[in-house]
Amino acid sequence: MSEDKKPVIKKIQSTGPMRALMGEYFMELDEAAKTGSAKVAWCTSVGPAELLRAFGFLVYFPENHGALLGSSRLASDLIPAANALGYSPDICSYLTSDVGSYLKKQTPLSRAFGMETVPKPDVLAYNTNQCRDVQDWFSFYQREFDVPLVGVDTMRNVGDITKDHLDGLVGQYKALVPVLEEVTGTRLDLDRLREVIRSSYQCTLGWKKVLRIAEQAPSPITFFDGTIHMGPAVVLRGDDRAVAYYETLSAELEARVADGVAAVEDEKWRFYWDGMPVWGKLRDHAEFFGARKACVVASTYCNSWIFEDLAHDDPFEGMARAYTELFIVRNEEFKERYLTNMVRDYGINGLVYHDSKTCPNNANNRYGMPQRLARKLGLPYVVFQGDLNDLRMYSEEQTRTQFEALVEQLHEQA
Amino acid sequence: MTAPAYFCGVDVGASATKVVLVDARGNAVGMAVNPSGVDYDQTARQCLDQALLEADLQREAVVRTVSTGYGRTNVSFADDSLTEIHCHGVGCHHHIPGALTLVDIGGQDNKVIRLDDHGRRVDFCMNRKCAAGTGAFIEEIALRLDLDVGDMDGLAQSTDDAVRLSSFCTVFAKTEILAHLRTGVAVASIVRGTFESVITRVLEMDPLDGTVALTGGVVAHNPTVADILSARVGRTVEVPPHPQFTGALGAALVALKQGSD
Ligand code: SF4
Repeated sequence: MSEDKKPVIKKIQSTGPMRALMGEYFMELDEAAKTGSAKVAWCTSVGPAELLRAFGFLVYFPENHGALLGSSRLASDLIPAANALGYSPDICSYLTSDVGSYLKKQTPLSRAFGMETVPKPDVLAYNTNQCRDVQDWFSFYQREFDVPLVGVDTMRNVGDITKDHLDGLVGQYKALVPVLEEVTGTRLDLDRLREVIRSSYQCTLGWKKVLRIAEQAPSPITFFDGTIHMGPAVVLRGDDRAVAYYETLSAELEARVADGVAAVEDEKWRFYWDGMPVWGKLRDHAEFFGARKACVVASTYCNSWIFEDLAHDDPFEGMARAYTELFIVRNEEFKERYLTNMVRDYGINGLVYHDSKTCPNNANNRYGMPQRLARKLGLPYVVFQGDLNDLRMYSEEQTRTQFEALVEQLHEQA
Repeated sequence: MTAPAYFCGVDVGASATKVVLVDARGNAVGMAVNPSGVDYDQTARQCLDQALLEADLQREAVVRTVSTGYGRTNVSFADDSLTEIHCHGVGCHHHIPGALTLVDIGGQDNKVIRLDDHGRRVDFCMNRKCAAGTGAFIEEIALRLDLDVGDMDGLAQSTDDAVRLSSFCTVFAKTEILAHLRTGVAVASIVRGTFESVITRVLEMDPLDGTVALTGGVVAHNPTVADILSARVGRTVEVPPHPQFTGALGAALVALKQGSD
């Protein structure tokens, strides 16, 4: 059963254009921060990016930087610096790696794009729809840079989204406007906001299409590919270049499907990944599953950047809905239904739950979900302990054994 | 006439390496155990030689070998390897047929594996990252109490009075023990409390429904642990023969099955 030979991992050709686009994005930010040619806003990953972009801000996402710190494995050296400042090893390791990166003046952007530092912000905007950590994270930078901090406090554990929810949220989104007007010295142009939202919505549709192509068996793309290719949907939504990119990517994937080309050669098993990726182990995990003819075809994580409710006549209500409809904001019943549907749509054989130590918000194993779903769906699953960035929380051997045991279980049942 | 064929299972665990040889009918004919040490392959060979000696066989008699355990990929003479989750299930089902919940308390991890009537795995889980509740925990406590690990079981059996160790963490549990020692609590009560704490950690992993079997090095050396688990679940917990060899036996039986397919 042990498979030591390297799997054939089918390289996605659009990776080149994607990297070029990400490079362009970072260079523009660098230029703006250095010359003042445009204002820079820092935004949480599922924060009010459209509104910021409508004001002409270039938008930088510290969480994206957090993921880069994880995948470059710089995080392990940087987290202790934040810990020493009183940021516990038990809180978000994006936060601790990013704060550590700031303190130690090290960023993977230097190597990748020749940037000396991350682009300095003119304003910081968060949304607590995903967790409270983002607010504390941005508060750190507010103290450091002495720039305005604005945010939306979204309810958590939401079942049906009601008028009460929306009224409160719309009010909060509108309250951001005067601050942003002050920072930019311009008035909000509602038509521009509508345009940005339209583009962001097109990006959502493009990204969703990419993810849904993986319903095909064999799948032309894995979850691990998805975590890389979602870059533009995260950092450039509201910018037409992201829309164009997903057209390129889906054309490539559709061609793969037409030609019967699989991401994982001889795909035999289809897995669902719940929870954060382990960024420093992304390639290892991709190869591990690939070598066992297992394709991780779908995930909660990659689907977190789909904002279908943006398509609304009222731009503020659209944003309020879109940033609340997300999986992470919803209650356990919603999540259970969601996972059940994903299992059905993607023809899943087994589920992998990542219990990430420092992000309970993205870990869905902690209230009995795996056991409940296993009873309901009759599918095997594994829960492994790890972390998104802090590899001190991750045991290679235990994890490999558990992944392998899951695959063995499927062989046994076959 | 062809020479009879034998099959070998090697379980390279975090603390001990075990080898079991079975004949073509699945009967164990030789077994050996040694500390895993640093050179797993070497230790596995040494165990194999000892098991061959016990069975009065030559190496050539072994037609197929399957390895399991943390060091499973380090056994150069293995023809295949499977996880210890799989092999423990197979080994346990061999002795105790029927649906059961298997609890394996090993040197550095605990496993709970649920098997159906046919011995197929329904699900499994492993302990969280900390080694609290595993063999390593007992060893640490023995060290703190200045006891030989081999004396722990006798002491635990000698009393019904167990101190309560509430810490999850091995280091904190050792601090708790210091406090108990200071207040003059008997060492035997601390040892019994340590065993109770191991079982508490296991009970946090699974409700342990139906027939429960206990395997692994910890129960092999400390049978009192099985009594404690029985008392806690309210029914007799089964312990297969040679519980430390369950994984190696399972691996040998897999080798036999593969060899006969
Ligand atoms: S959702 Fe999790 S990973 Fe993301 S910022 Fe919050 S705590 Fe960190």
